[in-house]
Amino acid sequence: MNSLLLKLLDLPPQASTYAFDVDLLHYFVISTTMLGATFVFVLALWFLVRNRRRYPGELTARVVTPVPVEFLIIGGILSVFLIFWVVGASEYSHMQHPPEDAMPVYVTAKQWMWKFAYADGRSDIDVLTVPVHRPVKLVMNSRDVIHSFYVPAFRMKQDVVPGRYYTAWFEAQETGEFPIECAEYCGVSHSRMLAKVHVLSEPDYAKWLENPPTGDLAARGRDVAAKRGCLSCHTLDGQPHIGPSWAGLYDSDVKLSDGTIVKADVAYLTRSMMDPQAQIVDSYKPVMPTYRGVIDEPEVAALVELIVSLKDQPIAPSVVLPRTQPLGSAQPQEPR
Amino acid sequence: MPSPAAHPVSVGEQWEDMEKQAHAARFGMWVFLGTEVLFFSGLFALYTAYRIEHPSGFDVGVEHNTIVYGSVNTAVLLVSSYFVALAVHELRLGRNRVSGWLVALTILFGLGFLGIKTAEYLHHFSDGIFPGGSGHFFEEHTEPGIKMFYTLYFCMTGLHAIHVFVGCCVLGFMLWKISRREIGAWAPHPLAIAAIYWHLVDVIWIFLWPLFYLVPGRAG
Amino acid sequence: MTTLDIAVPVPTRRPADRETYLNIAWTVKSWALTTDHKRIGILYLVTTIFTLSLGGVFALVLRTEHLSPGPTIIDAYTYNRMFTMHGIVMVWLFMIPSIPTAFGNFLLPIMIGAKDVAFPRLNLLSYYIYLVGSLWVVIALWAGGCDTGWTFYSPYSDHSPSAVVPTVFGIFILGWSTIITGVNFIVTTHTMRAKGVGWFRMPLFVWTMYGVSIIQTLATPVLAISLLIVGVDHWFDWGLFDPARGGDPVLYQHLFWFYSHPAVYIMILPAMGVIIEVVCTFSHKNPASYKAIAYSTLGIAFVGFATWGHHMFVAGISTFDAASFGVLSMLVAIFSAIKVFTWVLTMRRGSVVVTTPMLYFFAFLFLFVFGGMTGVAVATQSLDVHWHDTYFIVAHFHFIMIGGTLTAWLAALHYWFPKITGRMYPERLGYVGATLVFSGFFMTFFPQFLLGNAGMPRRYYDYDPKFQPLMVISTVGSWILGAAMIWTLAYLLVALFKGARAPANPWDSRSYEWLTPSPPPKHNFFREPVFTRDPYDYTVPAEEIRA
Repeated sequence: MNSLLLKLLDLPPQASTYAFDVDLLHYFVISTTMLGATFVFVLALWFLVRNRRRYPGELTARVVTPVPVEFLIIGGILSVFLIFWVVGASEYSHMQHPPEDAMPVYVTAKQWMWKFAYADGRSDIDVLTVPVHRPVKLVMNSRDVIHSFYVPAFRMKQDVVPGRYYTAWFEAQETGEFPIECAEYCGVSHSRMLAKVHVLSEPDYAKWLENPPTGDLAARGRDVAAKRGCLSCHTLDGQPHIGPSWAGLYDSDVKLSDGTIVKADVAYLTRSMMDPQAQIVDSYKPVMPTYRGVIDEPEVAALVELIVSLKDQPIAPSVVLPRTQPLGSAQPQEPR
Repeated sequence: MPSPAAHPVSVGEQWEDMEKQAHAARFGMWVFLGTEVLFFSGLFALYTAYRIEHPSGFDVGVEHNTIVYGSVNTAVLLVSSYFVALAVHELRLGRNRVSGWLVALTILFGLGFLGIKTAEYLHHFSDGIFPGGSGHFFEEHTEPGIKMFYTLYFCMTGLHAIHVFVGCCVLGFMLWKISRREIGAWAPHPLAIAAIYWHLVDVIWIFLWPLFYLVPGRAG
Repeated sequence: MTTLDIAVPVPTRRPADRETYLNIAWTVKSWALTTDHKRIGILYLVTTIFTLSLGGVFALVLRTEHLSPGPTIIDAYTYNRMFTMHGIVMVWLFMIPSIPTAFGNFLLPIMIGAKDVAFPRLNLLSYYIYLVGSLWVVIALWAGGCDTGWTFYSPYSDHSPSAVVPTVFGIFILGWSTIITGVNFIVTTHTMRAKGVGWFRMPLFVWTMYGVSIIQTLATPVLAISLLIVGVDHWFDWGLFDPARGGDPVLYQHLFWFYSHPAVYIMILPAMGVIIEVVCTFSHKNPASYKAIAYSTLGIAFVGFATWGHHMFVAGISTFDAASFGVLSMLVAIFSAIKVFTWVLTMRRGSVVVTTPMLYFFAFLFLFVFGGMTGVAVATQSLDVHWHDTYFIVAHFHFIMIGGTLTAWLAALHYWFPKITGRMYPERLGYVGATLVFSGFFMTFFPQFLLGNAGMPRRYYDYDPKFQPLMVISTVGSWILGAAMIWTLAYLLVALFKGARAPANPWDSRSYEWLTPSPPPKHNFFREPVFTRDPYDYTVPAEEIRA
């Protein structure tokens, strides 16, 4: 049944974990709406045949649809639409939130190529190599204009915007090669901005990993943090300073000033760099400036890897700081 | 009561009487004001978003702007609005000459506003502040968002100044009509409509004043 | 059938002819400086037919380019500029003004029994602003055209090598024409209804014009300021939306869609107004629910302002925002569903006769309902992730815009042709035209749904060879559609001079515009009209109804 419908609707293979669920909703929505549309049109044709004019100037009685009938029709359609919405919104939410153990890959888009950087320092152009059955989280940014990372076989798409870091994730279900397309118009060679995902089986992936990596991102992260002045407000040993410490931060629950609790995942970290006023950690002052346009993509990747590497860092004994820090002390600092 | 001139505001052939025509014209102006408000709202939306994003830069910008320029200009516009309201009142009573002088005074204050604004722009230029974040000011002040603050400052006050200028032209046209006795107690609505437009220009400034002069974006 | 006579005789004014808005003067000046809403409507109609042809030629070239993957007849940069200009011309030069300015101008005052619109001189000014704006866009074409897509997404639009500034400035000018028309219609509807025309006695076409005018006056200025900023960013590099200079490109998308989603309703609401008039007249029946249509028009006008985020499900908006925009989009779809059911139920217990406008009604119903249903599908968030920016979306909005608005425009052109010109069009040629338009359209755009499903992104110059069969079907369909349009315009042009004289009410309608002669006199009615019956009263013979 599934394969018949895939063929009928000309859909690509379902190569990610959520692709089947999305397609199931697709089948439901398309069949319901097309049946509804057919019903309406057939009804119209039936009225046409049944009520065709018998003689010129024929008069008709005034008929007004009773209000209860109208509300019945509206209520019926609305409830069907709301089912679409509830299922669609929950699937969307699932697709938007990467699992905690997802393996990060840093994606940089530029006119007209895709660059993939892995946590161990490898990088590749226009080929994304991932293991099958393991969630992969893409941390994406663009160098120039807006692009969109689209893998039809995964049913996933995410705009890639300069100055912002967006995450998207997938878990491949099949090995093989799947096309990646740019889906946001980006200039003259937009239609040639193609790449592919190479999904490897576990043994093949292990073999691929045997090629030595080229450098340690987390170590580079320390240099970046020093150079960009991050360390004048954030510590690496767990002591709170003007900003929260990075030790043990990754993957922890952070209480925000408005009382909500968020998970300190990659999305949170990159957002805090680019849009620091959006989520203020409780009991800290909103003094951090945005680093949008200040630090570039490899530096962000390095910083995130540094914070991830500090996940299990032992926390140093806390020193209580005075609560009133002078304003204006939070500008990006020159290298010390 | 002064008699109508040779070419008074006449009732259009699609209207039954002057009252209906005047009502439609007033109503049309109010609808148009809705358009104008949304025209500015795009820039206000940008201001809000960028100010939330870069509070420190906007802080520096507001504090660097000279409060006297902004406040004097506010006073000038408010007084001019009072004059134009009086002018409409006088015209309704048939005192065309007084009304004419009041309109002239309004235009004078409007031009005064533009003069002060120009002086302020020149002051900014001499400080090395140009739209788009060029000028030596931005070498000394590197807070993120300060360039955006001044670009928005020039865009919003500039667009407002264009509106003031258009308002002055419209009022000038009304003055010409009053002097030719085309409008008067028998048909005061053209001036009333021009006055509504002038008040809108005034109100927009009332919102720009705190955003650019009064309230620093001090966080916390 | 009429033979084509090359020497077209100018209608001469015989003494027996009664005075109409057409024959009172024939000078160029009497057209160029007219303040008569009917003549201004005709000026718009003629101009929009030109812009439609321009956009249509672009479409045909684009489709022909896709006959084979890789280069076929034009290069990539030309392709990109051409799809952009196709979008701009079709949206701002044709679709938005088409029905409101041509048929709205002509009919709105007649339908409420007024002599003219509230501000006739502003109406003429609005036409000239439209003309200047259109010419400006054409000049921008001359200057090399614009290659950003009609959406002008920043930061690409900040750095595009093409003529962005003249293009956005042309659209900025066009915006003021739209706004002035909107203000004019709102005031006219509020203040100029004749005796007997209460709010709920107006023909429903007037209601849709009113709803459209609200959107035009409130949404267009936001576009105007956004595009102005895009122009300034491109020209002076001020960077208000450019992330490299601290701007936020996603903010631009919010502002753009705050206008451009309501703009979709600017394009489709007038079409809905035409359709209800057509179905009532040719079913000889009152609408199944007058108030449902009137209120759903207002519902679309206002709720339509709160759904823009569904264009941005993959642009990085939060899950909460996406869910809110998702549910509001479902709500706004309900208003359209109400209208669809009302049209169909109107035929129930009616007396239906098939004419060319009625054929277009069925084409509209089919295409709009199927296209609208795919709209509900793409408003479903998880599905939109796959479909966003693919051919599925292209097919969806062409089903609404061409299948909806263009067929309704053709329905209006035929339905009111006798009223506007005083001539009848050839019915049989009309049947052929309508059938060709429908089949050409369906053949062009149905394959694109499948292409979108298969993962073919839009705005692609080059494509995977496996898509070629569907691409070729689509291209051939577009040629049929193009031929159908030429066919239709050709026989209407002949009918303009050779058609039989039209009586005042050839369709035996009860709506107010048919109470006056065809074509109407200068002031629409010979004396001040008082309407004693509602415009959909088919319980009494037409002879008993007078203005």
